[in-house]
Amino acid sequence: MNASAILECGVFLLLVIGLAWPLGAYMARVYTGESKWADRVLGPVERLIYKLSGVKPDAQMNWKQYAGAVLVFNLLGLLAVYLLQRVQLWLPINPAGMANVPPEVAWNTAVSFASNTNWQAYGGETTMSHLTQMLALTTQNFVSAATGMAVLVALIRGLKGRLTTDLGNFWVDLTRSTLHILLPLSVVLALLLVSQGVVQTLLGSVTVPLLEPTTGADGKSIVEQVIALGPAASQVAIKQLGTNGGGFFNVNSAHPLENPNAFANLLEVVSIILIPAALCFTFGRMVGAQKQGVALLLAMLVIFVPLMMLTVASENQANPVLTALGVDGTMGNWEGKELRFGPTSSAIWAVTTTAASNGSVNAMHDSFMPIGGLAPMWLMQLGEIIFGGTGSGLYGMLVYAFIAVFVAGLMVGRTPEYLGKKIEAFEMKMSALVILLPSAAVLIGTAIACSIPAGTGPLGNPGAHGFSEILYAFSSGSNNNGSAFGGLTVNGLFYTTAIGIVMLIGRFWVIVPVLALAGSLAKKKTVPPGAGTLATHTPLFIALVAGTIILVGALTFIPALALGPIVEHLALR
Amino acid sequence: MKQTLLIALRALLVLTLVTGVLYPLVVTGLAQLVFPAQANGSVLHSGGKAVGSTLIGQSFVGDKYLWGRPSATAPFAYNAAASTGSNLGPSNPALADAVKQRVATLRKADPANHAPVPADLVTTSGSGLDPDISAEAAAYQVARVARGRSATAATVQQAVAGCTQAPFLGFIGPARVNVLCVNLALDHLTVQP
Repeated sequence: MNASAILECGVFLLLVIGLAWPLGAYMARVYTGESKWADRVLGPVERLIYKLSGVKPDAQMNWKQYAGAVLVFNLLGLLAVYLLQRVQLWLPINPAGMANVPPEVAWNTAVSFASNTNWQAYGGETTMSHLTQMLALTTQNFVSAATGMAVLVALIRGLKGRLTTDLGNFWVDLTRSTLHILLPLSVVLALLLVSQGVVQTLLGSVTVPLLEPTTGADGKSIVEQVIALGPAASQVAIKQLGTNGGGFFNVNSAHPLENPNAFANLLEVVSIILIPAALCFTFGRMVGAQKQGVALLLAMLVIFVPLMMLTVASENQANPVLTALGVDGTMGNWEGKELRFGPTSSAIWAVTTTAASNGSVNAMHDSFMPIGGLAPMWLMQLGEIIFGGTGSGLYGMLVYAFIAVFVAGLMVGRTPEYLGKKIEAFEMKMSALVILLPSAAVLIGTAIACSIPAGTGPLGNPGAHGFSEILYAFSSGSNNNGSAFGGLTVNGLFYTTAIGIVMLIGRFWVIVPVLALAGSLAKKKTVPPGAGTLATHTPLFIALVAGTIILVGALTFIPALALGPIVEHLALR
Repeated sequence: MKQTLLIALRALLVLTLVTGVLYPLVVTGLAQLVFPAQANGSVLHSGGKAVGSTLIGQSFVGDKYLWGRPSATAPFAYNAAASTGSNLGPSNPALADAVKQRVATLRKADPANHAPVPADLVTTSGSGLDPDISAEAAAYQVARVARGRSATAATVQQAVAGCTQAPFLGFIGPARVNVLCVNLALDHLTVQP
């Protein structure tokens, strides 16, 4: 690894933390209703939305009402996305005349976007009409991200509340997340991206002549190039900020019109983890102890930074097979990478997009070196909690914090506490559910896919790498990431159905236990810290949380990883 | 429950209007107003006619042109209506075979050149539409292109230099050469956005 690669990693982290700090403070004020700025600018719109939707913003919800609202709202969103795809041919704003999407792909896409996964079993510029992209996909990009943030805020209220059942109002949290946070950031980012060359038009394509005619597969001479266009920038902005990741074009942010240069790339990669990082500061402010939020952020960084370095180092190594054929061995691994980004920016993106549950890509992960592919895969398998999705990352991380204090409590024989709340049997049961269900979905799904022809038939690569493709697919789906080892063809019946199911499990079977936790914590009284209380902001606690995550993640997934990337790595040497 | 369903339905409709209709349309309007060239694909013009996009690569195989990166798009290289990468894993024999063939093609076109082949020149890009090659890959081809169009190496080098972009801030991303830009310059076409 060279000096400029290290410098680039440093600049990236500084930018993220430097921007996350003020944003985190602003978000805390939005959720507590104290932001005068937000109220002055968009307050009237907010109140209009409540009026039109029939929401009583002052009504409090208990955890069951909150969970019910989350589930009903997301189910309706899912149905809307499904229906729009099934009838897009007969609707306007379809300049390329895209056909109706087949039912299995439409189902997969609907679950995918409603669950904030944005796994794509389709190629954007060859499948979706502009109307579908805007009305169905862009809308879900906003509201699925806002849903995650709302659930996190409910959990924070649970930690703060005393002897109460009130967790706030889902409709208010949803609307505020969308209107005061995601929307303004997206408008600014979208326009910055357009200034760099990301397209934003309602036209379907532009045709230009080729300087040198080329020959097609059928032997005919081709003299012009049809360049697909569309309202990309608006979708790219929210796909990055809302940890969605579903690209406008098939190759996502590797496409020059979705990510035109190194500056645009830096804007996009910072946007991936900006809100997840900022929510740590929001959490600290909302619970009244900033060091608590900083401790969780540091625990994330303790895992993130070494994996980032590992991936950057891996991708800056040449593929020995190609070097043996006379290829320059000093330039790194270039297959599937864009010249604008190169190995370093591609590797930083890969770990960032998988640490956060974003899943957009600026290079083809399938063509990464084995270790360069292992780190992103493991980051997803850890449960999308190292930054993770907007809101969902931090509520997952808080679950690990409960487990860490519980483990520490077992060691010294005391009832564990977190922020003055006793962590008891019910909390542990819910926490275990949160961790076990997605992990089981990854491993069982992979095992089934490996055992049947419908699972192994669509592989794009032979051998251990083929296994990695399947493992990656289920890791990505179950943890709502959405990136892929793209060689695997996933638009068939088996993968659209199976990945659809694990995406649902990974999202909603986690949200419900988390809200149950919030409800249970809110009912408890807050006990003052005593001499035996484990402080939850110290280096000891940070190490304990990070250690718990690595231990659970390693025990669950190292055997599977050994069969895929580790075998391939050893075979390549 | 029924009340929740009703609120959810109305909230979804209202939020769809805000985020799915107003947001993309407002951004489109502003983009077309402030950055029309970029918003419509950064198309280059020469004498009033479009000649390509500065961001989308084209396929070049002739001896008088600088070659871009291999492209995995189908059914022909640099199909800008259906972007895709090869998605070949590092251990896949198909990758080694493809690279072997590309190395042979480069060597055949320029038998006197014994330098190691720049990695980006024999590997497919992520999008299949990469407009750029590395400075090394451009330098590797200068002699061949000069011979192919009976020009001096200095002429070709000058065109390459005019189309080279330094790394962002001096250290982010590699230095890159826009292939279409070089070939347009070699063909003496003056272009405007």
